[in-house]
Amino acid sequence: MSIASTTQQICFLVLSATTVIGSLGVVLLPNIVYSAFLLGGVFLSVAGLYLLLNASFVAAAQILVYVGAVNVLILFAIMLVNKKETLAAIPGLLVRRLLSGAVCAGLFALLLRVAFTTPWALPGPTPVGEEATIRIGEHLFTDYLLPFELASVLLLMAMIGAIVLARRDVFSTDVITGEPADQGLIEKDRTPLLIETSANAPTLLTKP
Amino acid sequence: MLSTGLLGAAIAPPGLDLQSSFLDLAEGMGLTPGAARLLWLPLPMVLVLVGAVVGVLVSVWLERKISAAVQQRIGPEYAGALGVLQPLADGLKLVFKEDIIPARADALLFSLGPVLVVVPVILSWLVVPFGQNLLISNVGVGIFLWIALSSIQPIGLLMSGYSSNNKYSLLGGLRAAAQSISYEIPLALAVLAVVMMSNSLSTVDIVAQQTGAGIFSWNIWRQPVGFVIFWICALAECERLPFDLPEAEEELVAGYQTEYSGMKFALFYLGSYINLVLSALLVSVLYLGGWSFPVPVEWITGWLGVSPDAPLVQVITGSIGIVSTILKAYLLVFFAILLRWTTPRVRIDQLLDLGWKFLLPIALVNLLVTAGLKLAFPVAFGG
Repeated sequence: MSIASTTQQICFLVLSATTVIGSLGVVLLPNIVYSAFLLGGVFLSVAGLYLLLNASFVAAAQILVYVGAVNVLILFAIMLVNKKETLAAIPGLLVRRLLSGAVCAGLFALLLRVAFTTPWALPGPTPVGEEATIRIGEHLFTDYLLPFELASVLLLMAMIGAIVLARRDVFSTDVITGEPADQGLIEKDRTPLLIETSANAPTLLTKP
Repeated sequence: MLSTGLLGAAIAPPGLDLQSSFLDLAEGMGLTPGAARLLWLPLPMVLVLVGAVVGVLVSVWLERKISAAVQQRIGPEYAGALGVLQPLADGLKLVFKEDIIPARADALLFSLGPVLVVVPVILSWLVVPFGQNLLISNVGVGIFLWIALSSIQPIGLLMSGYSSNNKYSLLGGLRAAAQSISYEIPLALAVLAVVMMSNSLSTVDIVAQQTGAGIFSWNIWRQPVGFVIFWICALAECERLPFDLPEAEEELVAGYQTEYSGMKFALFYLGSYINLVLSALLVSVLYLGGWSFPVPVEWITGWLGVSPDAPLVQVITGSIGIVSTILKAYLLVFFAILLRWTTPRVRIDQLLDLGWKFLLPIALVNLLVTAGLKLAFPVAFGG
């Protein structure tokens, strides 16, 4: 066996082990911050697997989108609302865990069956290597144009929705509850702190 | 082996090719091709790692000397001639400091954070070319790899900010992540305009497209707006003043690095300077013609009447390439240092406004105009 293929196998084994163990950690660890960091590790090792499959552009895109954007945003959200609170015990936790475990095991068995019964064409098509970037671009602008544009419209809708939810001054009533909008949350006009509001009372000094 | 790199070896372009020379030499000494490659692989990596660390030492010395000059002081002068050994002394001091993990901090994440900050930056040196064949690996995704790798860094910053168990650290980490996300987008758009002109993501191709007419074919003349956007965003990504909010010392002590000492702090320090030098190198690759000399070397050899393929001429050409890349990069580092010691810090809302409301639209317009010019004048804008 040549040095190259040995290296490749070692890389594959390490990356797969990291992916599997990391994903188990994401699901099973009680500390949500650890889960989020492990998720980043899982994304990175999946990118490594893409690299092993000669898909360097997809690997770089995986790192940029999933690690650099999705995972950072998840961490950001967790840390912005990082309140230490003990969660109330949910009744029937054991039953729920058993049920979800059973569903996952069933899915795993199904996927295993698919993996072992599908007649995979081995060896697969020859890797295109560095041409891949050009091929992806061609496909995105020809036969996959509609799904591509639909995905961007979906993202645009999500973005507008987020803006509407975040900027409550758009509506006079709260979008979620239907009650009058909380005026305290509405963005105020900026008044510089040091400008005096009345002739003899500087704002900073008279504030209690 | 991964077939992502070393495309250049297959085409056998002109210029020095140290790799094939080394492989020929090793095989001539009776080694198998595989063993010869295995011997070759660590060499450029170690060389670039050493180069990066030396680059950091030089820029730390420059920072101290230039800041002293800005403030009309002398700066370090006892450690070596003109104080050139001062950065080494700084480094040694950090090595011998006690490595403290604060009580009730998360020890694992606390140690992992600095590593996650430094490793992607060093990995990005993979794609920095100093000559036609003088880079570790001519990866096809080239400059995109750098953008992707630099997006890992905020995770390390968030990690160290969170695990320090300190309000200032957490705020610094959050600010670093917010800043990094916001400035990555205009940065990527500015790079995209350059990529569009050179029809390739590879850094070698991007430089090759800027050769031909010497200084006049550099991208800075065709992408002046992109150059400014890229430079601002690179400064913001390096967290240099005027964008050093994550470690703003008046507000946040030292941001995410507050609780660090010894080698872990040194890793942050090293990482930020390696990142600065790397950004400067990439600006020179993307906009200032990389290793190309202001007057094309082919013209000079033509005037002198020597063949550009002669071994001695090739060695001289290669040296000129390395020297001009480094000179251009350090000119930019000089500007970054000068900016740091002469500009005030922006506020966080000004920072985000600048990123999202100014740079992003400008970068989009720049991309659109570049696309239009490419269609209208394919000769000048790489049709």
